Amino acid sequence: MSALTGPKPVLDVRELTKVYGEGEAIVQALRGVSLLVTQGDYVAIMGSSGSGKSTLMNILGCLDVPSRGQYLLDGVDVSRLNENQLALIRNRRIGFVFQSFNLIPRTSAMANVELPLAYAGVKSAERRRRAMAALDRVGLADRADHQPNQLSGGQQQRVAVARALVTEPALVLADEPTGNLDSRSTDDVLAVFDQLSEAGRTIVLITHEPEVGDRAKRLIKLFDGQISSDVRQDGAPHGGRLEDQQTILMERLR
Amino acid sequence: MSFFEILRFAVGGVTANKLRSALTMLGILIGVGAVILLVAVGNGSAKQITDRIAAMGSSTVTVQSTSRGTTGGITLETAKALKDPVLAPNVKTVSPVINATSSTMTYQGSDHAVPQFIGTYPSYFAASNTPVGSGTAFTDEDLAQGRRLVVIGQTVAETLFPGTNPVGAEVTVSGALFTVIGVLDEKSSSSGFQDANDVVVAPLTAVQQVLTGYGPVNSVIVEATSAAKVTDAQAEVATILDQRLKVTPTTTGNSASSTPYRIQNAAQLLETQTQTASTFTVLLGAVAGISLLVGGIGITNIMLVTVTERTREIGIRKALGAPRRVILTQFLVEATMLSLIGGGLGVAMALIGSQFTIVGVKPVIVPSSIVLALGVSVAIGLFFGSVPASRAAGLRPIDALRYE
Ligand SMILES: Nc1ncnc2c1ncn2[C@@H]1O[C@H](COP(=O)(O)OP(=O)(O)OP(=O)(O)O)[C@@H](O)[C@H]1O
Ligand SMILES: [Mg+2]
Repeated sequence: MSALTGPKPVLDVRELTKVYGEGEAIVQALRGVSLLVTQGDYVAIMGSSGSGKSTLMNILGCLDVPSRGQYLLDGVDVSRLNENQLALIRNRRIGFVFQSFNLIPRTSAMANVELPLAYAGVKSAERRRRAMAALDRVGLADRADHQPNQLSGGQQQRVAVARALVTEPALVLADEPTGNLDSRSTDDVLAVFDQLSEAGRTIVLITHEPEVGDRAKRLIKLFDGQISSDVRQDGAPHGGRLEDQQTILMERLR
Repeated sequence: MSFFEILRFAVGGVTANKLRSALTMLGILIGVGAVILLVAVGNGSAKQITDRIAAMGSSTVTVQSTSRGTTGGITLETAKALKDPVLAPNVKTVSPVINATSSTMTYQGSDHAVPQFIGTYPSYFAASNTPVGSGTAFTDEDLAQGRRLVVIGQTVAETLFPGTNPVGAEVTVSGALFTVIGVLDEKSSSSGFQDANDVVVAPLTAVQQVLTGYGPVNSVIVEATSAAKVTDAQAEVATILDQRLKVTPTTTGNSASSTPYRIQNAAQLLETQTQTASTFTVLLGAVAGISLLVGGIGITNIMLVTVTERTREIGIRKALGAPRRVILTQFLVEATMLSLIGGGLGVAMALIGSQFTIVGVKPVIVPSSIVLALGVSVAIGLFFGSVPASRAAGLRPIDALRYE
């Protein structure tokens, strides 16, 4: 669609390699991934467990660095940035949802969601208002004072989503944001992502669920540290063409 | 992000895990409190001995009989001979002392066993620095007449005459009636073994008559004319005693190995005790050091145990865009708060504890021990609170999050 023409690139990843460990225990998590994501795009990444999805996502979120290859965020080579500039990017540009939530223990949902705003220097009253709005968006306004260990897995996940969205970042990176959710909560969270996408924000999410992948504008499949397919979808939830494609891909993965 | 905001984060961090914070503070509290208090006890006992040297007066010399039998030793005659204007010009007064140990004093049906029932001369009060508080001391006249009068110590007064004035009362000691004519001033309990206020002083003649009989005296307190003349007086007394005891036919061969008496001035008498006290202080210092160490290990332990959790937390904060400086400040403030509150409570505990008498000693706080204890604990707290935090803040967010 329009993504191929006008919009400028947000994520530009070139020949990305990530190697964990050394010697005998060496693991090639990414083997030369190249990817261009333009502004306003909505990308879903799928792939079997251990295919390197989270590894890629962590690098995109400036939480980890690649072993080889280049990563340009908004045209800037991330490896050239210093510690403080990276902190600023993580805080202002990116909203990151972790696969394992990573909420701060013994701290209320509200305080967890407020945290990125605090680091952004937002005043206390404003912070509370926006954090409350974000929690409300994921349907957890009534759990604002609960601590992570008083929340169910799905609720924790939604708090993590709220925390990623509260700063209204231009780029949302979500590692299985619906992994622990029932279909209703999944729909709620995906509705939020849809709204964000409509508002022109760039979204990259990882998922195992085809229904989730279907809603994205573009579906990327990872296999063994490499991109095995990269398909632009027309946005129709369940097109026959898509299903054919999936079976073909499944066969390719085997 | 303003410092005030960071401060609020730190308060949040401290209160988020109350048990951990309480344990950390407890470790510091015990370390600081124990060091200050134990040093204060050591200092207090040393100070007591100094006080006692001052109290005994630097101008007295004590002669003690070392022969055990009733026959040997210093007789009253010998003691009297020590006051000789020609042979001993530097001796001002001589007070022979006999001690009727464990005499029981009875007043209106209540009994009190007096550990020190002293028979002596009136000069004893001045020489031994035990002034009479209320009532009067006995006189030379009373001594000559062998009048049965007693001056009692504070403990005796409180035990036998609670709430009443003992002066003028009649008490029974081993069946003989004595009249209380005075009460001694309160004395600081100095030796630690014996209550210096559990004492009764009576004329020597009366005590001999009623209680001990006419044997040798236990000791003689010799007062020199001035503090400067103590050594001279001591030498003169020694000379007279040597002469006397050699010519005395009752002196037997079994004391040939050493003189049958021991002569010490106040400083010498207390030297042994000072040594004991300094050993005590060293011991307490060691105990204090160990408690500081244990407290320190406790702090270290708690801080290190929580490193994993805190490292993960730091990873999360970094992933959300916290600058390194903000993280470091927060953790430093947290460690400072814990150390200072814990240390402050420790000082408070030591100050409260020092109001009480501990093992017979009134603790005297040494200001430098407060500084030392607080300094060491706070340093340990700060170090182990901030070093792991600083290390974690230097990690990549993903590495901090994976830390185990
Ligand atoms: N810190 C690490 N050290 C060593 N190997 C690692 C590390 N993190 C990931 N790996 C390995 O890298 C590979 C890719 O891991 P990654 O977490 O990216 O998988 P994933 O696609 O997110 O899987 P899942 O769907 O289960 O979350 C795996 O084989 C994993 O074992
Ligand atoms: Mg993963």
